Order: sequence, then structure tokens, then C-alpha cells
Amino acid sequence: MRNRLRRRAPLAVVAAAALFASAACGSGFDDNDKSGSAQRSGPASLQILFGSSGDAETKALQEAAAAWASATGNKATVTPAQDLAQQLGQAFAGDNPPDVFYVDAVRFADYASVGALEPYADKISNVDDFYPALRQAFTYQGKLYCVPKDFSTLALEINTDLWAKAGLTGADVPTTWDQLTAVAQKIKAKGITPLALGDTRDRIGAFMVQAGGWITNADGTQATADTPENLKALQYVQSLLKNGLARYPKQLDAGWSGEAFGKGKVAMTIEGNWIKGALQNDFPNIKYTVHELPAGPKGKGTLSFTTCWGIAAKSKQKEAAIDFVEAMTKGEQQLAFAKAFGVMPSRQSVSQQYLAQFPNDQAFVNGAQYAQGPVNAPKMDSVLADFDTGLQKLATSDPKAILQRLQKNTEAALGG
Amino acid sequence: MTLLRERGTRRPDVVVPRGRGSIRGPEARAGWLFVAPAAVLLALFVLLPVLMALWVSLTSWNGQGSPFTGRAPFVGVDNYTKLFTEDGLARQDFFTSVRNNLYYVVLVVPLQTVLALCLALVANQRLLKGRTFFRAAFYFPSVTSSVAISVVFLFLFANSGTVNAVLGLFGIDGPLWFSDSRGLVHLVLDGVGLVNLDAPPAALADHGVFGLSWWDWISGPSVAMCTIITLVVWTTSGTFMLMFLAALQDVPVALEEASLIDGANRWQRFRAVTLPHLRPVLFLVLTLGLISTWQVFDQIYVMSQGDPAKTTLTPAYLSYRTAFRSFDYGSGAAISFVLFSIIVVLTAVQRWLLRERRG
Repeated sequence: MRNRLRRRAPLAVVAAAALFASAACGSGFDDNDKSGSAQRSGPASLQILFGSSGDAETKALQEAAAAWASATGNKATVTPAQDLAQQLGQAFAGDNPPDVFYVDAVRFADYASVGALEPYADKISNVDDFYPALRQAFTYQGKLYCVPKDFSTLALEINTDLWAKAGLTGADVPTTWDQLTAVAQKIKAKGITPLALGDTRDRIGAFMVQAGGWITNADGTQATADTPENLKALQYVQSLLKNGLARYPKQLDAGWSGEAFGKGKVAMTIEGNWIKGALQNDFPNIKYTVHELPAGPKGKGTLSFTTCWGIAAKSKQKEAAIDFVEAMTKGEQQLAFAKAFGVMPSRQSVSQQYLAQFPNDQAFVNGAQYAQGPVNAPKMDSVLADFDTGLQKLATSDPKAILQRLQKNTEAALGG
Repeated sequence: MTLLRERGTRRPDVVVPRGRGSIRGPEARAGWLFVAPAAVLLALFVLLPVLMALWVSLTSWNGQGSPFTGRAPFVGVDNYTKLFTEDGLARQDFFTSVRNNLYYVVLVVPLQTVLALCLALVANQRLLKGRTFFRAAFYFPSVTSSVAISVVFLFLFANSGTVNAVLGLFGIDGPLWFSDSRGLVHLVLDGVGLVNLDAPPAALADHGVFGLSWWDWISGPSVAMCTIITLVVWTTSGTFMLMFLAALQDVPVALEEASLIDGANRWQRFRAVTLPHLRPVLFLVLTLGLISTWQVFDQIYVMSQGDPAKTTLTPAYLSYRTAFRSFDYGSGAAISFVLFSIIVVLTAVQRWLLRERRG
């Protein structure tokens, strides 16, 4: 045995040497703060990574970037990501992030808390023009990091044919929870499924807002999950589910509520403005109207979803990057994007122009005034996924227990 | 092992020269030279990344910059203790995934082995017409992309898909396959009236270990998981059939004929002649099955992403999600190392169980 060991020693030495050598090669991507913050001068060549909703968005962004590049004498390479979160994660880990990229409000706190984002917002003109709820979504520890590129809100969509079939008219559009229950019962009596409701916090959360609750406090520092307001909301949604007045999309054999709605399986659904494009593409014959969500015990409430233009803290061309974002968030540019792929401008100053072009979006735009953004705190991803798991089983489980669990996990995530 | 055995058989009177200048010296050097390319490649692309991952699992690296500078905080075994001793979401998720995968392994490994063996026996029949066709047909799922097959299964098991349509012909109202998180054992217990699903017995529901109640532990695979089990058994049994087939064709005809002369019937021949010959292949198939089932990832990623209600969450997928979605690379790496040790331990146990018993 000893002899064998001795004979193996050279192998060990060689292996160790190989390891060290390759580890030394690896130091090529080590941090070097001096060069990291050094800014390049001369014409910039920006790398822009984004999660595209489809060809329309990709094309619109490529055109806008080309226009900016030729106007400023810089270069801009626009790359649609296959999986934005993963590609960004790898780019940060490799210390070679793109200069500009989309940051979903859901992920924002994770990026901001690890110092990946450049807080550039104060260099953008007329920042106060962006909707306050959207600015809040991109504020971390009191500092606005990036500016929203557009936003969406949830509203109530009604299938006009099924609505009429149930003997309902325009005057019956529900504006309170009680009315929602009442019309749902009338629709159900006709053998139609009343409401398709997504089984996640991103839909059911709207009821929590209407009841005056939310998962965390405004600045995302405290867990406020286990409250009577939230309980009231979950109990209400549970009653809808239990009585067959609402169904989750999976029960309707649909990937999401919009699909069930488009197939004419339900009379109502709660979705955001992205449903317009989806219905136009997949179910062009469906007739529907859009209304604000029914108000709860504490008034109107909806959820907003938004994405900002993130600039990497490690970018070597921050000035050009900020100039690019400035150009992309200009009112006219946002209106052009709105026309191209159906998003709502994040600047309040162009909301009237937007509504002039898209009068049917009144309900979505109105939602911006009372909308709640996503949970804005780092390390909440698995906690919220766990909450979604609870919501999937809401019909048969105790709402109080779901909220207690959410409270416990949120406290652990925020405290840690 | 071979080295030792060789030395044992060497004649004691031959003095083996040692050290430099020996007859065998240049030979050994040449040997190292020949294996060097492979060894360097292995070290570079297997050993080094493994060691790097091990280091990451001891830090709380968040994915910013390189983890091999001082900037990634060293946390020791915290990532591991979080999985085992701290009462929290991390432990609960991890043990939920272990439970799911355990049921998955317990069902998939025996089923695919038995199915593969049966298919091999059928395809090995000398009297069977069109043997090549059957061999190709059985093997076909194995060479098809697992992602493509997963998508096909998504359609098959959709709520108004083919499977439920066929069940409907027999008057059975098929379940909502991919949204049904109820466990099989729970369903059976509920079906025979032992327990009530909506109000589980307090003795089981209020106590537990590793953050899961006993009631959760005994759930069995969920209905959604069963579809994935079906898929995997169907796809992998072809590969293993091929291995069994090769081994079956190696069984000496003379032995079979001898047993025939001894008056052994079909079953006795299979039990006493064929099966002992298959033992090494059986070991191979079980080991490969065990390893691949504990590492199940792509089907989960494509079909369910851990839903419904985390009942298809597996350690491999959880590790991916923790690292790349939550930026908790340390915990993600720790999960993968725990998974690695589970596989090693189980393979060792299986090796011990299948050891050749003499006398």
C-alpha cells in the first residue's frame, strides 16, 4: 500500500499543479475595481439585453436603438434574451454584464441589494413624471435606482356574448365584491363558469389590496401578511372558489386565464393589458369589454407590473447608457412602443395622448392611481413561490394558516 | 483492485525492482504519458469544477463577480445546516423535494427494470417474427429528445387530452393530471375510508421530522408526479432493454440445453440459469437507474417546474432554482452536494445488497 501511495504522489502533484494553473487562469475574471469603474471615452458600443414579449417588441427596440445610435454616433447592439434572469445571473457572475438590460420589478430588489445596479435615475429628465407607484417599485433603501420603461395593471374583462346570455347588461358590471358575487351567481345559474382567476399572488393579491392589506409594508421592511385585511380577502376568494363562482385556469384546461377567456369558457377574467394582444392574436373573434376591478371593503385596488431600464454598476460606458435610457423613456418614444407592442407609457404626461389612441384602455390606465407594485424586497422569491403554492390549494385549506406561513417566511427573509 | 490482485499472484521469488532505473520505470512513464491527455481533461473539466462548486457551497456568494476573491463571504457549513437543522423554508423545501424524489425513485427504478427485462425477453425470442422491428420500436423513445417527449406527454395528459378521452370511453372522469397535488397514498387511504383528506388525523399532521409532518411524508407521489413517472419509465426502459438483450444473448446455449435435459421447466430455467447470468447487468441497470432518477431535471423543468403545490419539486430542480432564480448560489451548490452524497450512499447500499453470496 505504501508503495502505491508513493507511486501516486507524482500524479497528485501533477493534478494539484494543473488545478493551481487553471485557477490562476481563472483569475482573469477577478474583480479589479479600478478598471471596473473606469469609463471609456470616445464613441460607445452599448450591449443591451432584454426579455422580449415577441417579434414586435424586438423589432421596435432594434429600430429605436438604431435611431439612437445614428443620432449620437454610438453603437448599440440589442440582444433578445432566451432566459433573461439566468443570462443576467451568469453575466454578473462572470463580471461581464450588458450595459443596459430589463429589470423586472419582481427581481429588482435582488439586483439592487447585491449592488448590481447603477442608481442613475436622478440624471434622467423630469423623473417625477413617472407614476409614483412605479417609482416606488424601483426604490431600494430610499433611493430610486432606475426608471420604468412601461407598465401594466390588472382589470376585469367581460365576455359580452356570455354576459348577454346570462341576461346581464352594461349596468350590471360589478363595482363591489357583493355585486361581483351576485352577477357570478346569475352567470353560474345559466351553466356558464363566471370567472377565471390566476392562482398566484399576482392576481389574488389584488383582492388583498382591495381589502386594505398587502404582504409587506410600503418600503418592504416589515412583514404584514398575517392581518385581518388579508384574511378577509382570502376568505372572499375562497368563497368564490368553493361555490364554483371562480375557477383556476388549470381547472379550465388553460395555461392562463386569458386562454380560458379567449376560448369562451368563462364570462369574466382578471388580467392585465397584455390580454389585448394575446386575444387579438389567438382569439380574434372574441368580443369583450374592460372595466376597473370591483372595489373591496377598503376601496379600489389593483396590481401593477413594470420593468425598468437597468444599467449595470460595472458598465464602462455609463454616460452613453444613461443617454440611451433617456431616449427610450421619452414620451414620444414610449408612445411609439405602445403602438408597436401594446404597452402603457410610464410617464403621466403622455397618458392623455395614449388614451386618445387607445380609448379602450381607460380601465388599465385608471388603475395606475391606486395600484400596488410587486413585493419590493430581496430574497423573497422562494417565499412568494411558497405563498403561490398555498394559494393553489386555497379552495380546500385554511386561509389563516396560509397567511401565518407567509408571515413566518417573510419575517425570516426580511430579517436575514 | 486489479493492481492488488496482480501483485497477489506474483511469484514471491521474483524481486521487483523499485524506484528509478528499474525496468518498469520507462514503462510507467510512458503509461502516464498516455493517460495524461485524458487525466488533464478530467481534472480541468470535472475535478476542478467540482472543487470550485464545493468552495461556492461554503460561501454565501450572490453571483456578483468571482466567488474566488475575498468578496464572497465565507460562511462555513451554514448552507448545509440550513438544509438540516434550521426550521425554515429552505429545509422544508429541501425535504419536500427529497420526499418527492424518494417516491419517484421507489416507483421508477423497479418498474423500468422489470419492464426492460420483460421487453428484452420478448425481443430475444428466436421464434418472434420481426424482431428487429420490435427492438427498434422499444428503443425509439430512448433516442428521442426528452424535451420533445415531455411536451408530447403534456398534450396527452391535458385535462381534455387523449388519456382523459380514453378514460371517458369507460365512463371514468379522469383527474386534472398536472394540477392534482393529492398524493397516491393519501388517495388510497381516503378511498378505503381510513382517513379524511380534508381533515388528516392529528397524530400524523401535528408531528413530524425535518419540517414536514408525518402526514406529508407518507403522501406518496402526487397525481402530477405519476405522469412524469409514467413518462420516464416508458422512455428509459428501451435503453435498459438493450443492455439486458446483450446479456441474454451471452447466455450459453449449452447451459440452457443442459437444464432442458435435467428436466427444468420454463420458469426454473429462467430463475436458475438466465437470471444468475444477468446479475452483473442487473447491477448496472439498477445503478444507472438509481443515479439518473435521483438526478431527474429536464422533465421537471419542461413539464411542471415543481408545481402543483411543490409535489414535483426535486433536489436537482430545487438546486437550480435556488442558485439561478434566487441568486443563492451557496445553498444551491450545497443541495447538489447533499444530492451527490445521497446517490453515493444508496449506490453503496445497493452494491452491498446485490453482492455475490457464496455458500
